[in-house]
Amino acid sequence: MVQLMNRTDNETKATVSPMEAPVREAAKPVVYDTKQLNLWYGSHHALKNIDLPIRENEVTAIIGPSGCGKSTYIKTLNRMVELVDGVRTSGEILYRGRNIFDAKYSVEELRTRVGMVFQKPNPFPKSIYDNIAYGPRIHGIKNKKILDEIVEQSLRGAAIWDEVKDRLNTNAYSLSGGQQQRICIARALAIEPDVILMDEPTSALDPISTLKVEELVQELKENYSIIIVTHNMQQAARISDKTAFFLNGEVIEFDDTDKIFQNPADQRTEDYISGRFG
Amino acid sequence: MRNMGNVRKTFESELEELKGKLLRMVDLAERQLGDSMSALQTQNLTLANAVKQNDAEINALDDEINQKVIQLITQQQPVATDLRKIIVALKISTDMERIGDLAVNIAKSTLHIGDEPLIKPIVDIPKMGDAVRVMLRKAFDAYDLEDIDLAFELAKEDDAIDEAYGRLIRELMGYMHRNPDYVNQITQLAFISRHLERVGDHVTNMAENIIFMVKGKTLNLNE
Repeated sequence: MVQLMNRTDNETKATVSPMEAPVREAAKPVVYDTKQLNLWYGSHHALKNIDLPIRENEVTAIIGPSGCGKSTYIKTLNRMVELVDGVRTSGEILYRGRNIFDAKYSVEELRTRVGMVFQKPNPFPKSIYDNIAYGPRIHGIKNKKILDEIVEQSLRGAAIWDEVKDRLNTNAYSLSGGQQQRICIARALAIEPDVILMDEPTSALDPISTLKVEELVQELKENYSIIIVTHNMQQAARISDKTAFFLNGEVIEFDDTDKIFQNPADQRTEDYISGRFG
Repeated sequence: MRNMGNVRKTFESELEELKGKLLRMVDLAERQLGDSMSALQTQNLTLANAVKQNDAEINALDDEINQKVIQLITQQQPVATDLRKIIVALKISTDMERIGDLAVNIAKSTLHIGDEPLIKPIVDIPKMGDAVRVMLRKAFDAYDLEDIDLAFELAKEDDAIDEAYGRLIRELMGYMHRNPDYVNQITQLAFISRHLERVGDHVTNMAENIIFMVKGKTLNLNE
């Protein structure tokens, strides 16, 4: 190019492609470190040599076709998978540095640190108030004033306080699906968790409710670490910081979400996210 | 994972259609450039006027490509390579539209010179014209075949064009001092060399975009 360029030498030298030399922020602390995790349902090898460091205050999306092990994986993170008969595991999952499979690790303790939201909203057939106060009550909180405060804070945290504050005593079943799902998120927040696991939390919701939950996830990551299983690729692209692509029980690729959706390293990831198979 | 290779058949045929439109645009731009250079060399004013008129076809293709790109983004929510193909088509289309305009500018300069005899037989400008047309043809192949080695080659060829341009301008300035009566003609010839040099830059942009499309990496070859 012959034309004069309004550039100083420094700027010219700095012309390094952003893709070649990504400026990465300092990595956040690891909340969950999965090391060489294997899981079998009887003879079926459902998770194979999974290594996955999940970081604090990030949204990590788990994507992959049906049967790839993504739900099994997040159910392993709070040891819910143990409810299935004939499950065996090897390897370890360190939560805040402690192996959750350790015989001395109490499942109850783990689950007060790790909340979970499921595919279908599953509020209890109780009032909105009692749904949220349920967990704290189990943990021995009886003081009405403290419970009131927890209920309000949790509902605010789940961005549904304004919609339900005048009818806290009505049955949670009377709410719409999208509202019920946010009640379930509020219920998870009420136990003051560190991590929130979400298993396809919007697959049963209409588009507007879906966007509300997605917006909420963005807000929640300031205070929580979130792991979300989703079938909705656009959702993973919109709301997550990191994406792990699972296929046949293996992690094929785990990277920054931008990288996964703009220029994945593995052809199988590319084929899946661009809808070539699934 | 089930292989559902043809699950996006419609999308794939639309991507092919987009590619076809763009290749037609590159081809047209190259032809317009060829015609504008022939018109100059033979001082064929009818051909120069035809170049001006035929530009509408390139502009129409540019509009069609813009529409198609918007439609594909809204309907198909493309990601990764698909998305890069679509974005790159949009960008290359802009470069081709500009090359079309530069061919028109060359034709206009030819019309300005009119039938005034040329100060001397022109040699270097047609050579430069041939060189940028060869670049464009290679760019056509590089895009069609997604051949990044060819795309890198193009960038080197542009350096030769830039050098030729520098030499030509110095030479034309010398003529201007010695032949003040020919200031108009020499100025038009200087403009034409400038337009050809710009064509080289647009082809280099296209080469960068082809590399981005294939590799997902941005490079600046225009330095």
